[in-house]
Amino acid sequence: MAGANPTPSEYIQHHLQNLTYGLHPENGMGFAHGAKEAAEMGFWAIHVDTLGWSLFLGLIFITLFRKAAKNATTGVPGGLQNFVEILVEFVDQSVKDTFHGRSSLIAPLALTIFVWVFLMNLMDLVPVDFLPSLFMVLGVDYMKVVPTTDVNATLGMSLSVFALIIYYSIKVKGVSGFVGELTLQPFGKKMIPFNLLLEGVGLIAKPISLALRLFGNLYAGELIFILIAIMPFWIQWALSVPWAIFHILVIVLQAFIFMMLTIVYLSMACEDH
Amino acid sequence: MNLNLTLVGQAISFAIFVWFCMKYVWPPVMEAMHARQKKIADGLDAASRAARDLELAQEKAGQQLREGKEQAALIIEQANKRANQIVEEAKDNARSEGERLLAAAQAEIEQEVNRAKEELRKQVSTLALKGAEQVLNASIDEKAHAELVEKLAAEL
Repeated sequence: MAGANPTPSEYIQHHLQNLTYGLHPENGMGFAHGAKEAAEMGFWAIHVDTLGWSLFLGLIFITLFRKAAKNATTGVPGGLQNFVEILVEFVDQSVKDTFHGRSSLIAPLALTIFVWVFLMNLMDLVPVDFLPSLFMVLGVDYMKVVPTTDVNATLGMSLSVFALIIYYSIKVKGVSGFVGELTLQPFGKKMIPFNLLLEGVGLIAKPISLALRLFGNLYAGELIFILIAIMPFWIQWALSVPWAIFHILVIVLQAFIFMMLTIVYLSMACEDH
Repeated sequence: MNLNLTLVGQAISFAIFVWFCMKYVWPPVMEAMHARQKKIADGLDAASRAARDLELAQEKAGQQLREGKEQAALIIEQANKRANQIVEEAKDNARSEGERLLAAAQAEIEQEVNRAKEELRKQVSTLALKGAEQVLNASIDEKAHAELVEKLAAEL
């Protein structure tokens, strides 16, 4: 931490700083000490906390679901299997309602997105100082525990979805069909540059909005938790409890929106006009 | 808030998780769910079939019961009829037997009367002869007057 008794602004900045590992031009390979050093590391650095927590949560997801899948019985399901089946059923239904093509990838993709994003969002409900203080004791200076408050994480996922959009567009419509869709609408052949501009913006907006929506919501939520944490301890519960309860809705909703929009985008990519 | 390699790392782990989910999580869960769905559907099918069978069996039992009752009623009716017939027959028999006995008795009485009359006639003729013998005090040739006496007895 920046000192024994940080000012509010130092506190906030500290909480919004990722644990960055990379090559610093002067200090060589290592963890960044503060935001300035992290910025100086440039693109070739990684946020160890974001990746670590998202991997950890992703592993929880797959081990839990794999366990349920391996022990799946056609008889009376147990508690875990029941839970998993409810989620699978829910995701499957959402995919079937929206995506009319046949693909064995879309439904597992949607399930992964929903559960993983939900778990990453869920970290937002852990008290803001709890894990950072714990790691501080272990000698780690910076620890941002909610991966989805890091734009890298959300953008990484949305760019993967973007790659799938392009893959499916070309697979279903062919290269010419995809290019035609980008250039010949909505105004016909005479306006190809203008069409390209419109459709290009529409296409690029998909991953950007997908990433920024999730990031923005969670970042704002986290920031408000941090602001509440600055207040005197005896008043904090009056604000943090309602906000946390409200946030339960937000984290589920954002996970659902991310999943739903992924399905919608992919179904649009697979539709032939 | 810097864009950096984390993005790529996140994309890679995302891809791995999706692949794992697609390969090892989704198919078995889906399979189990479909199998259970089929099982439940089969069970419900069997239940409805059993219910239909039960209904049929009940209907059949009811019909048999009805038939049995009808037959029983028929048998009772026939038995009653037969009993009446037997009673009638017995009455008829009794009546004809009685009439026959009566007729036989009457005939016997008639015969008896006739015999008594004959006897009486014979005795009367003897008595008349005896009386006439007494009156005449002479023996009359029985043979000679038998015709006369016969005639007299017949008139009685």
